[in-house]
Amino acid sequence: MEWVDVLRLFDSTLRLATPLLLACLAGLFSERAGIFDIGLEGKMLAAAFASAAVAAWAAAPALENPFPGEISGLGLGWTAALLGVLAGLAASMLLSLLHGLASITLRGNQLISGVAINFLAAGLTVLIAQDLFSRGGQTPQLTGGARFTEITLPLAETLRGIPFIGPLYADVLSGHVIFIYIALLAVPVSWWILFRTRFGLRLRAVGENPGAVDTAGISVTRQRYAAVLICGVLCGLAGAYLSMGTSAAGFGRDMTAGRGFIALAALIFAKWRPWSALGACLLFGLLQAISGYYPKIDLGIFVIPSDFMEALPYILTVVILAGFVGKATPPKAGGVPYVKER
Amino acid sequence: MVDTLTNEGRPAAAASPPPAIELSGISKAFGPVQANKDIALNVAKGTIHGIVGENGAGKSTLMSILYGFYKADKGEIKINGVPTEINNSDDAIAAGIGMVHQHFMLVQPFTVLENVILGAEDGALLKPSLAKARSALVQLAKDYELEVDPDAIVGELAVGFQQRVEILKALYRSADILILDEPTGVLTPAEADHLFRILEGLKAQGKTIILITHKLREIMAITDTVSVMRRGEMTATVKTSETSPSELAELMVGRRVLLQVDKTPASPGETLMEVRNLSVIGDNGVPRLKSISFDLRAGEILGVAGVAGNGQSALLEVLGGIEAASEGSVTLKGQPLDLSHAQTAGLRREKGIGHVPEDRHRLGLIMPYQAWENACFGYHDAPEFQRSFGLIDNRAMLTDARGKMDRFDIRPQDPNLKAANFSGGNQQKIVLAREIERNPDVLLIGQPTRGVDIGAIEFIHQQIVALRDQGKAILLVSVELEEILALSDRIIVMFDGKISGERLPEQTDENDLGLLMAGIDPRESAA
Repeated sequence: MEWVDVLRLFDSTLRLATPLLLACLAGLFSERAGIFDIGLEGKMLAAAFASAAVAAWAAAPALENPFPGEISGLGLGWTAALLGVLAGLAASMLLSLLHGLASITLRGNQLISGVAINFLAAGLTVLIAQDLFSRGGQTPQLTGGARFTEITLPLAETLRGIPFIGPLYADVLSGHVIFIYIALLAVPVSWWILFRTRFGLRLRAVGENPGAVDTAGISVTRQRYAAVLICGVLCGLAGAYLSMGTSAAGFGRDMTAGRGFIALAALIFAKWRPWSALGACLLFGLLQAISGYYPKIDLGIFVIPSDFMEALPYILTVVILAGFVGKATPPKAGGVPYVKER
Repeated sequence: MVDTLTNEGRPAAAASPPPAIELSGISKAFGPVQANKDIALNVAKGTIHGIVGENGAGKSTLMSILYGFYKADKGEIKINGVPTEINNSDDAIAAGIGMVHQHFMLVQPFTVLENVILGAEDGALLKPSLAKARSALVQLAKDYELEVDPDAIVGELAVGFQQRVEILKALYRSADILILDEPTGVLTPAEADHLFRILEGLKAQGKTIILITHKLREIMAITDTVSVMRRGEMTATVKTSETSPSELAELMVGRRVLLQVDKTPASPGETLMEVRNLSVIGDNGVPRLKSISFDLRAGEILGVAGVAGNGQSALLEVLGGIEAASEGSVTLKGQPLDLSHAQTAGLRREKGIGHVPEDRHRLGLIMPYQAWENACFGYHDAPEFQRSFGLIDNRAMLTDARGKMDRFDIRPQDPNLKAANFSGGNQQKIVLAREIERNPDVLLIGQPTRGVDIGAIEFIHQQIVALRDQGKAILLVSVELEEILALSDRIIVMFDGKISGERLPEQTDENDLGLLMAGIDPRESAA
């Protein structure tokens, strides 16, 4: 393998790890506060759709009515992309609130609520997309201002000459859309919030023993809603990245493709810790990158089929979870609605 | 009867301070159940005030009202003479009330410092709060014998230390009134003594302490005044120095209670069970039981004393067929028992070994199941419960459960009630009835009266003695020395997985056993 290939593989790893990382951190906030969330997938999907749909609408020329529906565009430039992201965040946070309502206020089963959100998002996105755009559940391709473009980090060209580190900086780290940098930055920020602030202390406490928080005179409900909303924001970013920051540049049905579940696997693998989450997501990203770059591996005697290579990241997810995690203790009060004694 | 000191703590003269707590007319109902009825209570400043009562008498409800967990339907609360509204725990903390809960309200994976500041942080960032708490803890440790490593993870601390963290939490929030709910239930005797020293120290500093317990010995040892609750009402408040345990027991239960067990000397028969060099290795590779040998004869109660966690649980588990032995042998009526993992509790029961497990919630009952189901678990394969086609006979089980509830005075006498809805004493009676009525040759009993109120204790003790008098062999494991001394015909003491000594009850006392429990044999060291 050439050095260039390695760089390209790493570059791809970073792109593929980003939605996982954002979703994984989303799950981390929620689950650390004691709210299990298997609805990450659904929230990402809803956000991906809302972002793409709003961006496409906002970017379309104002005077024309480009779609078979009755909406006409806004004809905005780069602000279209911004509106798209905001719409994605709103969609994801709305589903988060729904999950919060079901599992915090109404004390329902968190797994069932999560499953329901996944189904709701899978169905609703396609339905609305078809109704608005009549493209078989897809949104129009995003072009120009409605997309996020790659950012070249400062000094990328100057530093390229430095052996080893230079190319890593210029070719791997530099030249991505802003979501990737937000995701990377979210790791230390999450760690800092969780372990160095009052908010984080209380958030982790409600996930372990809500009784301790309640008897200390703090509202368990408010703390858990806050966590669930942060989860919504991060899932929203993950979804917006998928539809606006990748080469797909638009929404396609089920475009999250199980990433929400892989993020959950990464969360368990990382034992609910932010830095480990980064490691776990990069590993899963690398697995996906490898299967993308080497669809077939010719061993001489026989060829490993591409289907197998595509399934490989998922298979390895199962293997890693079953074999290498060791003892992962989830937050103790996770999944249990808080009821005052008796 | 007792003189009820209604004036206790009231400002007799203008100069004396108002009581720390003054409750009047407090009532609270949960649906049809009146948990508190028109309660009046005065607690004088700087005293230790005990509240006793059976389980379900309303002690915890009353304290929960005081700590803002529930709101009273009626009544008034005055703190230091000032009428105070307490709507949530925040209000209670602001009024200077701190509570040490029976089930600690601690976050296990947090450090001591983090637990202490939780909810009492000074700002959005933790660092300054942690630093402040660290120095405060040093001071508190010095003032009250409350040493705890501030950086220790709470979940890794012994229960006695965890309880100190709870006390520290309250003191850090500058509580003047400290409520302790059944604080010694989880403590070893030494830890309990240390707790009492801490409480004395707090009292000396002018703090007011309310101690909720059902252990009369503790009330007598440490409190200044004591209030008795029965069925939601405050039945009496007396000076501790002017009362006695038997009088308090009578006030609690509403009738005379035998604190002594009435029993005739044992007449042991043949040896039913021989245990030789029995060893058990735990999951983590640490030996739990180290080469234990003893005989158990028909018609005797063999008491096993020891601080919890010194191998008694392993002994019960291996004899009861739950855990496998790594070494050693056990014979029952001359027949060797298979001690491997192939054996189960069910097979042990078929051989005639009944087992009343130490932890009835985890091993003795299925809490969400109904009483009649619980009353036959483990014996549900018995022929009288079978119908044709492999179906079980629910009606026979119900009838059987009704009979047991009647004979063992299990209340409420409703076999359709879930096990969780019975009081601790009645739950234990369900387990006892199930095991005793199967007529086992050997009965293993772990902590028969843990969390059981005083009236039920008396009944359970009588049942155990009656079973002995029928010629059964009984292995009684208990951390309550009083119980061991009262019931046993012979006592072995366990320490660190081994038997540290054997005594006859009439030739020993709590001091002697206490030393054995710490691994020191006073008779050997004297010799």
